[in-house]
Amino acid sequence: MIHGIPIQYFLIVSTIMFFVGVCGFIIRRNLITILMSVELILNAININFLVFNRYLFPHQLQGNFFALIVVAVAAAEASVAIALFINMYRRFNNIDVENISEMKY
Amino acid sequence: MMNLQDFLPMRHEILLVFLMIVIILCEIFISEKSKHYVINISIVLFVLQTIVGFLPIQQGNMFGGMFQNDLFRSTLKNILSIGVLIVFLQSSGWLKKEENKGKISEYFLLLLSTLIGMFFMVSSGDFLMMYLGLELATIPITALAAYERNKSKSAEAGIKLLLISALSTGVLLYGISMIYGTTGSVYFADVAVNFGKSSLQILGLIFFVAGMGFKISLVPFHLWTADVYEGAPISVTAYLSVISKGAAVFIFMIILYKVFGALFDMWNSLLYVLAVVTMTVGNLFAIRQNNMKRFLAFSSIAQAGFILLGILGSNAMGAASVAYFVLIYIVTNLGAFGVVSAIYNASGKEDMREYNGLYKTNPMLSLVMTLALFSLAGIPPVAGFFGKFFLFTSAASHGYYILVLIAVINATISLYYYLRVIKAMFIDPNDNPIPYFKTDVPARIGLVICVAGIFIVGFATSIYEAIYKFTSLM
Repeated sequence: MIHGIPIQYFLIVSTIMFFVGVCGFIIRRNLITILMSVELILNAININFLVFNRYLFPHQLQGNFFALIVVAVAAAEASVAIALFINMYRRFNNIDVENISEMKY
Repeated sequence: MMNLQDFLPMRHEILLVFLMIVIILCEIFISEKSKHYVINISIVLFVLQTIVGFLPIQQGNMFGGMFQNDLFRSTLKNILSIGVLIVFLQSSGWLKKEENKGKISEYFLLLLSTLIGMFFMVSSGDFLMMYLGLELATIPITALAAYERNKSKSAEAGIKLLLISALSTGVLLYGISMIYGTTGSVYFADVAVNFGKSSLQILGLIFFVAGMGFKISLVPFHLWTADVYEGAPISVTAYLSVISKGAAVFIFMIILYKVFGALFDMWNSLLYVLAVVTMTVGNLFAIRQNNMKRFLAFSSIAQAGFILLGILGSNAMGAASVAYFVLIYIVTNLGAFGVVSAIYNASGKEDMREYNGLYKTNPMLSLVMTLALFSLAGIPPVAGFFGKFFLFTSAASHGYYILVLIAVINATISLYYYLRVIKAMFIDPNDNPIPYFKTDVPARIGLVICVAGIFIVGFATSIYEAIYKFTSLM
């Protein structure tokens, strides 16, 4: 329990982060920025897990461990993503999302 | 205190890890010239793994309930193993091509690691294990979708699959975090006990269904499917459309029944709408496709809508009908993909209009394709009919008559576009049809297994009864 800060404040921040991430995922044109939006979503989830654990269920650590593992898996996901982006950069010399629109409908 | 015997419920997974180690050793010690032996070694080892999978298995929980194995779950794993075996057989001709030299082992390693992820996902007893399995099942498959990295379509498919699956996992986890916040646990058993009906839990359920909807490609979340299926190599597409989707359906069903059972009246209306939209949109978009891979992608979206009917029948019969349908769907769809991949390997053609007059030059392949498409459409003598029949029965037994009516209308629409392919192969004239070619032996064995499956699984009622018996034990 963090003194003087109610749980709602954390949850408002994490909700805003989540939806900023979703908006960024849809609006942004640069693939790296899209990847950053995904990381924003995952961090919002981590805040949720940690805050719920700390405020509501402080005697067990399930939320903490979940957050740890989400961080680790996000790193693995980012590494594969960067590999695919580099492959694309070699082909088009930029990483704009407009280039990957060969297949539609 | 744990001894080694306690690990026996994990036999499927342990054997797969062992198999992967053998393939890594082959990659190291086999010389560059004879690398293609890796294909045969992997297939033979995987045949053994599939057979061993059917032996009686010890049931039990491990790691404090994170990993559970019972007869139903090991049946699901065996169904997936059969599918992967057929995919391996069909991919061998493509892997022997010059352009894939030097990355044969990678294909098997990545595919097997996704299979391990799916096994863990199906066996999971809490949301953490399910999430880990899901990620292990998706991250390697994105690398596989971009396997032909010199083709821009393949690279495009990889990036699209990766970004969409990352977003969908985010949505799924957001739902799980809400469920954790309201129940204080991530274990399925504890969550189910602590369910109230607070609005945060319902929101969590909606996010969860949306996240899984991306994986199963239900309709508002299906936009990635056709693009990824078209761009990825054909055997990866077959794997994605059958095995990935099947595993995701299984865990979706298990969690809906076991964890969200208390919220049944919430998720049944949700799934009702999703089923109607998925079937209709999938069918209508399939009509206008000419590329065979895109065509099969939309057909697989429509089939996912039919699967939801079985899930809605939320009882042992519903679960059994879903498992049975997925088994039929595996042999049927892999039959269709096997023919498409054989034709692509021999001639590089994958457009429906180029199939004109195929029956005159390649009668056997045309017949296999016809059987598979009849089974997908659900025409009586073949297995697809029985699969759909049980799905519809389980939905009707809960009183969803209007939904079943919509599904039957959709099955009729689907007949139109499946017959388009058959018309192209048998009726449409073509001055310059695809010349006769010999399919390689492993692919032919794969097609024979598919055809045998299409006939046998429908008529052998003992298969359905066995699945039903295991389901009621769940």
